[in-house]
Amino acid sequence: MVHDTQDTVLEVVNLKKYFQFGRRAVLKAVDDVTFSVRKGEVFGLVGESGCGKTTVGRTIVGLYSPTAGKVLYKGEDTSRLKGAEVKKFKRRVQMIFQDPYASLDPRMTVGDIIGEALDIHRLARGKERLARIHELLNVVGLSAEHANRFPHEFSGGQRQRIGIARALAVDPEFIVADEPISALDVSIQAQVVNLLSRLREERGLTYIFIAHDLAMVKHLSDNVGVMYLGRLVELAPSAELYKNPLHPYTQGLLSAIPIPDPRVERERKRIVLEGEVPSPVNPPKGCRFQTRCRHAKPACREEDPKLKPVAPGHFAACHLY
Amino acid sequence: MAGERLLDVKNLEVSFYTYAGKVHAVRGVSFHVNRGETLAIVGESGCGKTVSVQSTIKLIPMPPGKIEGGTVLFDGKDLTAMSDRDLQSVRGAEIGVIFQDPMTSLNPTMTVGRQITEGLIKHQRLSAQEAKHRAIEMLSLVEIPNPKERFRQYPHQFSGGMRQRVMIAIALSCNPKLLIADEPTTGLDVTIQAQILDLMKSLQTKLDTSIILITHDLGVVSKLADRIVVMYAGKVAEAGSSEDIFYNALHPYTQALLKSVPRLHEETKRELLAIPGTPPDLFVPPKGCAFAPRCSYAMRVCLDHQPGDFAAGGSHTVACWLMDPRAAHVRERHAGRAGDAGARGGAS
Repeated sequence: MVHDTQDTVLEVVNLKKYFQFGRRAVLKAVDDVTFSVRKGEVFGLVGESGCGKTTVGRTIVGLYSPTAGKVLYKGEDTSRLKGAEVKKFKRRVQMIFQDPYASLDPRMTVGDIIGEALDIHRLARGKERLARIHELLNVVGLSAEHANRFPHEFSGGQRQRIGIARALAVDPEFIVADEPISALDVSIQAQVVNLLSRLREERGLTYIFIAHDLAMVKHLSDNVGVMYLGRLVELAPSAELYKNPLHPYTQGLLSAIPIPDPRVERERKRIVLEGEVPSPVNPPKGCRFQTRCRHAKPACREEDPKLKPVAPGHFAACHLY
Repeated sequence: MAGERLLDVKNLEVSFYTYAGKVHAVRGVSFHVNRGETLAIVGESGCGKTVSVQSTIKLIPMPPGKIEGGTVLFDGKDLTAMSDRDLQSVRGAEIGVIFQDPMTSLNPTMTVGRQITEGLIKHQRLSAQEAKHRAIEMLSLVEIPNPKERFRQYPHQFSGGMRQRVMIAIALSCNPKLLIADEPTTGLDVTIQAQILDLMKSLQTKLDTSIILITHDLGVVSKLADRIVVMYAGKVAEAGSSEDIFYNALHPYTQALLKSVPRLHEETKRELLAIPGTPPDLFVPPKGCAFAPRCSYAMRVCLDHQPGDFAAGGSHTVACWLMDPRAAHVRERHAGRAGDAGARGGAS
């Protein structure tokens, strides 16, 4: 396991999630992913579209059931929970969705959107329920009078705050935030990221932060996992990953991000990744990155590299190491 | 011929008449593009960056849109005075456009080849054979593998990045003097974005085209832009060379924008500067400076009077009352904080 410490809250073990397309085609969205998350940390999950990062997040919270492998929350296999245990698990683990326009019911008031969670888990009724809703709105930087309004009356950033308030309503310990800022303008992104940081400190939350914006992931995360075509290709503490990326894909990915500083940008050495991500329905044999890798050797076409420790706390799935 | 103005837009005013009232989307915007340079127009959604640029060649839907004032000089011609017919010979031929979303801006029912040859036949009066030859040349210029086979395929057979390459091929097929690229890489993955940006850069040197790059991504701007216009709420907040804007930003909005994004190369974590509040509603444009309600330096004058453009050396202009000589004492008081932005930029 990645961290053998006792404070591990979440373990994802050999997780696979396949989707059946028609009769024959199988999309292997997540194919054998293993990692763990410690209490209080922010675990960043990055990769390009179609790499399976969202599927991992959704499987963790139970929106998908795994095809194979396990998700252990505090040592318990989440797919084996029954009845009341499921409800208890869902109170502990919440999700913030990517699109604040699609993830709020347009026919419900903000108060009911947040209150629904309180009702389902029987956390508060009547006056107390209203007080809780007002409190939650305050926590995320909105005000009590917003409770009677509908989602369409809010801007994207405000809607994302409503989504966060809804997730916080049940007092969770663990939040999976799936691209929570990618639909927002930059000045608003900073507001939401700072809010997430503050909540983590105040409430001792643990996050999985899923994003394609590597600069933001670096800013927020303690550990980062890089995914490519359903696989975790590299895993390291955030600072280490950005300073010393080992996997050729991570190197190319980091190099591709333009830095908002023209002098730095001019002097950077660039590693250009040729071509595009192959289809996950029919991934390349051997290492999945071999078709775009500048270091590809014959072995890479034959054998699929396993994620292995290369430096202390730093894991990579590559035949170079 | 660097330095000569290819496009000169002055005091452009554009409104949209909707059922809910008039939205004053562009409120007196001036900018220019020199020959051979890349001008980036930066701003957040709704700031009017796309509308400003698209209005210059009347690409906005009219109605509900209406150009209510201003002049647009392109290569010596006044585009605002031109008939729609004449304008059609400018669009596509002299000004090429790449739109944000290559999924929806290509025609799904036409082969990619026909979409490229269409403009060539119309504007350059090439024969079908010549146009095909040129289109295949264009496809290989934008580095699409197997251009001959690709010529016969439909957009759905292309990936997102490849579609954007097709868009670029169409836009550049008639050798335009100006290329308008509206968020050309938004929605593409970063590794594909890097490929497209490299391609645009190399094509610009090869074909000597001027580019207007509309984007919200400061990273993309730093990679491509020679000069930058920062827009906020339908107005130009600050304009200047790339160096001016990144290392000597004087408008509080520009400074805040630069501090609100994390930088990959920085080792230390600093708290991101969030700009409180949201941009104003342009149904009721603010009386004074549009940024004043969110600005930590706002003075009384900012709320009631719109600032003019203050010159800050070279082509650098700033629309902010702090630049007024009478605000010198306010500037000094904030010097510690404002100097912060400059110092950080300069040191990196």
